[in-house]
Amino acid sequence: MTVQSPTTQSQSLWRPNRDRSRLIQSVVKFICGAFAAVSIVTTLGIVATLLFETISFLQEVPIWQFLTDRKWTPLFASKEFGIFVLVSATVMISVISILVAMPLGLLAAICLSEYATPRTRKILKPVLEVLAGVPTVVYGYFALLTVTPFLQTFLPNLKGFNSISAGLVLGVMITPLVASLSEDAIYSVPQRLRDGAYALGTTKRETIVSVVLPAALSGIVSSLILAVSRAVGETMIVTLAAGANPTLGLNPLVPVMTMTAFIVQVTKGDAVHGSIAYQTLFAVGTTLFLITLALNIFSFWFVRRFREKYD
Amino acid sequence: MNINDTRISDRPITSDLFKPNLAKRYNLDRVFAFFAWGATTIAVAILAWLLITILIDGIGTLNWNFIDSFASRKAERAGIKAALAGTLWVMGVVAVFSFPLGVGAGIFLEEFSEDNWFTRLVEINISNLAGVPSIIYGLLGLAAFVRILGPITGGRSVLAGGLTLVLLILPVIIVSTREALRTVPDGIRAAGFALGATRWQVIWNHILPAAMPGILTGMILSLSRAIGETAPLLAIGAASFIAFTPNGLQSSFTALPIQIYDWVGRPKKEFHDLAASGIIVLMTVLLLMNAGAIYLRNRFQQTR
Repeated sequence: MTVQSPTTQSQSLWRPNRDRSRLIQSVVKFICGAFAAVSIVTTLGIVATLLFETISFLQEVPIWQFLTDRKWTPLFASKEFGIFVLVSATVMISVISILVAMPLGLLAAICLSEYATPRTRKILKPVLEVLAGVPTVVYGYFALLTVTPFLQTFLPNLKGFNSISAGLVLGVMITPLVASLSEDAIYSVPQRLRDGAYALGTTKRETIVSVVLPAALSGIVSSLILAVSRAVGETMIVTLAAGANPTLGLNPLVPVMTMTAFIVQVTKGDAVHGSIAYQTLFAVGTTLFLITLALNIFSFWFVRRFREKYD
Repeated sequence: MNINDTRISDRPITSDLFKPNLAKRYNLDRVFAFFAWGATTIAVAILAWLLITILIDGIGTLNWNFIDSFASRKAERAGIKAALAGTLWVMGVVAVFSFPLGVGAGIFLEEFSEDNWFTRLVEINISNLAGVPSIIYGLLGLAAFVRILGPITGGRSVLAGGLTLVLLILPVIIVSTREALRTVPDGIRAAGFALGATRWQVIWNHILPAAMPGILTGMILSLSRAIGETAPLLAIGAASFIAFTPNGLQSSFTALPIQIYDWVGRPKKEFHDLAASGIIVLMTVLLLMNAGAIYLRNRFQQTR
């Protein structure tokens, strides 16, 4: 039996070739970095497209007209561009939705975090996730064809398209968002705070209301703001259930038109590039983008500013 | 109030000053607990109401003809063949593009990145993009993919729709990829480096295989979100009346949510029932995808 010399074997079998490995690594790192840069390009793309068309729009329609007109008729012969008409509808529906989602989501979060046993919690959390995963077009169907007829039995004046039904269902849609984000915040309040409160003789409710909720306030508020931002940008429910009738006013029983519903109406109708309708589309998009961006930034800022740090 | 302000003995301690009033407080507690459970019950009840309504409305018209027919002006002959095919095509595009993009970006941010301006910029962008309404992505798709890149994508095509949805779900995939990579213990990385492997060799041979179930779970959940998205596809102008299945990336298309939207918007009751049938199909697909994701997650947790 002959044993080969170890030096020849190692030279024939073990070739580290570190230069090649390093080259591959830097190529891969570059590619992955380029993929990561796609998110920057996307942001730039959104800002650039919105800005470009909005500037052309503002050359046709002065900005004071855009902000102060009291009618919204950009597709008619006599054009008026009062964005406030669309904004008021969006705000009204969002307010209705948050009036639903705030008590429902917050109480559900308290229930899951403080009252439910671990077993119940394990069942209920996925149910909320299912509620969050239902496509918005399904909620639109529900609002238009189930909730509106149901509400009409109590409110005979209710029109087929209205903002109350859209707002209520929108509230149901954002409830899981409020519940799960608030629950995270409430659940992460340290147990010793609760124990301290109990030691002072408070009841469970008093502990929750006066100790746990204030400690989790930043997370709760930011979840509510994010939910409002989601409601403002939501499209399918309001397009299907709230109608396409730009009216100024805060009557929740009649058809209105939100910013998102207008975008759908125009894009469905094959807007020609360069036409005023096409530019209006992007002007409305810019308004919507700025509102949601402001809400998101405010939410981030609020968390940073008011977060209670433990440990 | 500072406790030293008044000496306790200065104040007369009589039973009428300290009233714990426990009975009333416990009653309030019960009311509060009742409301908390009530809210949770209402949320679950609404979900049940929604699902049952749709099942009742839609089950009658759900049959093989419905799956295998094209859209039609006559409700009894209409089906979702074109919509289902369109959804499959668009999801194919989304999967093919978003997987490498999202996982690559996730690897970069989690494994390669140094703390510099580029990484910070990317991270700020990702968290901001996650909050942009989906219809704004639709406007971006309309301007970028339909118009500017129209010669490549073929206008209002499968490719344009797919790419729009890729941009929409990319932040979600990146975040879930990073979470999956973070669950891989650092010991594996250290062991790899100790054996002289480069960072990429460690990632490719050890980290990625270990993190793959988690990455795939996130991928499936992101795709299930993309399947239900209606607004961006409406905004890029996906047609709602199409009587053919797509034959290529540049083909025009319709998708399941678009078809549902179209049917809900019609005045006739027959089309509303068709919409409910379409919703049943859509929700079944979503449910299967979610079940797959949960299965993957559980298997992964057991083997770890």
